Amino acid sequence: MTKVTNIVVAGLGGQGVLRGTDILADVALRAGYDVKKSEIKGMSQRGGSVTGDVRFGQEVFSPMVPVGEADFLLVLEPTQVEPQRHMLRPGGVLITPDAVRAEQLPSRKTLNVALLGVLSAHLPMAEEQWLDALRAGFAENFFEGNRQAFLLGREARKQGDQNLK
Amino acid sequence: MNESNRLLLSGDEAIALAARHAGVALGTGYPGTPSTEILEHFHALGGHAQWSPNEKVALEVAIGAAFGGARALCTMKHVGLNVASDPLFTAAYTGVTGALIVVSADDPGMASSQNEQDNRRYAVAAGLPMLEPADSQETYDFMFAAIEISERWKIPVLFRVTTRVCHSYTVVQPRAQAETPRAANYEKDIQGRVMIPAYARPAHRRLRRKLAELHEWNETCGLNRIVEGGPALGIITSGISFMHVREAAPEARVLKLGFTHPLPMNKIAQFAKGVERCLVVEEGDPYLVESIRGAGVAVEGKADLYRFGELDVPRVRRILKQDLSAEPPKPPGKPPQLCDGCQYRIVFEALRKKDCIVAGDIGCYTLGVLQPFEAIDSCVCMGASLGVGLGLRHVLPAGQARRVVSVIGDSTFVHSGLSGLVEMVYNPPPHGHVLIILDNSTTAMTGHQEHPGTGRTLGHEPTGKVVLEDLARSLGIRRVHVVEPRLGTGEFERVLTECLESGELAVIIARRPCILIAKQLKQYETQRCECAAAAGPAPA
Repeated sequence: MTKVTNIVVAGLGGQGVLRGTDILADVALRAGYDVKKSEIKGMSQRGGSVTGDVRFGQEVFSPMVPVGEADFLLVLEPTQVEPQRHMLRPGGVLITPDAVRAEQLPSRKTLNVALLGVLSAHLPMAEEQWLDALRAGFAENFFEGNRQAFLLGREARKQGDQNLK
Repeated sequence: MNESNRLLLSGDEAIALAARHAGVALGTGYPGTPSTEILEHFHALGGHAQWSPNEKVALEVAIGAAFGGARALCTMKHVGLNVASDPLFTAAYTGVTGALIVVSADDPGMASSQNEQDNRRYAVAAGLPMLEPADSQETYDFMFAAIEISERWKIPVLFRVTTRVCHSYTVVQPRAQAETPRAANYEKDIQGRVMIPAYARPAHRRLRRKLAELHEWNETCGLNRIVEGGPALGIITSGISFMHVREAAPEARVLKLGFTHPLPMNKIAQFAKGVERCLVVEEGDPYLVESIRGAGVAVEGKADLYRFGELDVPRVRRILKQDLSAEPPKPPGKPPQLCDGCQYRIVFEALRKKDCIVAGDIGCYTLGVLQPFEAIDSCVCMGASLGVGLGLRHVLPAGQARRVVSVIGDSTFVHSGLSGLVEMVYNPPPHGHVLIILDNSTTAMTGHQEHPGTGRTLGHEPTGKVVLEDLARSLGIRRVHVVEPRLGTGEFERVLTECLESGELAVIIARRPCILIAKQLKQYETQRCECAAAAGPAPA
């Protein structure tokens, strides 16, 4: 059985955490994986902490990422890094807003998608599948801004890799 | 695999889709996390869905539909079933002609609830068959099974889901063909549906016979299944716990129960006999373990510390290891708070300033209990602000009694504050009482659903509107004020002071639309005006 990939997305209400996990789960579905997504709603609109878990692989059981087993932790709000750090496995990848240049984003609202772009460079799904999911996940007039944000994040990550070499 | 046929649905969406595909004629309910999205999605799919003023009415409407031979769905959160329990228990006696599926969405861990009651107990108490799905595919499939059971045994079915089933998205392959149920048609059955004692006594016996048959059927039906594994460890489980178990103990043999009342006790006993260690893993109350032990089957249960909160994979691993050490605390997140521009901030500032004793209620405004306001003194259940406030007023010394107010939201007031207001008029405390209705023209906390006070249906179409101030005046309350709380005017505080000092019964309606949906509300209002204009002038 292939290993399940675990991703936790965290932020505050209104930052697009859940929209981000929607897109991520949709990409995994399009790529033919079994996928589960879990979120706690209810208080999110009042500015509280929000997290969403996405897990994909050949067969996924629990919809929740176990503590200390996240391969990726994607955090939209710097204050939420510490409260969520325990979710990461040793050697797991933390992706924070620093990963992209904020001033280059089409709008602040697209930070969630830009960080998905950074994440996408680590994952096996094809760019076209990501763009299809973005197209399906947003109203038409928001697609272009989100596409730009996504590619910005994806490129930023690739350049980051080169810098490491 | 047919890729185009795979959908990623939440459990709530899967219930709605199954209801559509099964030809459910009417869906009723009251909004409540984590059940709210079921009816919203059912409506979006073209189903006939309605919000009722509360869960009791919702269930009664659904019972009526099922008496008429239709397939009916009624949805609510766990505490909603307390409100609807009166019709529930007797509907078990009357049975139904069509199908009646009652969805109870429980909230172990209290993501957004005031308690974590385990509604599996209701299946036992009322005597109803109960299904418990574990993911969205099962949720979809079990809905068809529930309808089949309901129609075959002419009995309501309790469909018990939990937050993680409702709000997790998992892959669903829907059926290729939708069902067309038979048309609604009234068949007279006085002895079956009129529960006077003479007819209720045989009805109770009928119910027990049905349950005995269902028990027998459950022993061999496909809703409970065994996942093969070694004989060293056997686990009996249900609902979302099954998923955690499969991950925490992939080597175990698992009896996964889907039809959990009446339990297939022979199947369970046989399973237990075939393994060396037999452990029951369930979230919440020890319902399965007590029932199984009660039938004389020796099984191991979880330690009491795991009955609190929801289960997950790490907790199931601890249960397997019989680990009783303290669990690692969850790092604190940022708690929710009243929105920056929320009008309720003005109300709670005034209540704090006047040092009021505030009997609160359920909704966004319950957040008035947190800093910086700390201006709510009690929150028990929907509608309790009225009764609790009145009780305090009756017994406290005058100096304290005069400071007591009840605070309730518009949707909650219509839900179950109405009868409390009648109590206020009928048994007025010696120094009067002050009720504040926080009217933001929506059911905000659950995600902005309509209610009878908004004058719009579940689908936001104009309909009859309950006018709160007219209602209060019609009960004979003379001091009824409608105030728009705005920063800097001090009007709300003035009215509050005046009402508190009057020593009379008073109702203050603090009315201003929720800022989060102000735009949508304007759109709905425009539609409403156009609609009224098209209908011509109102008769004088």
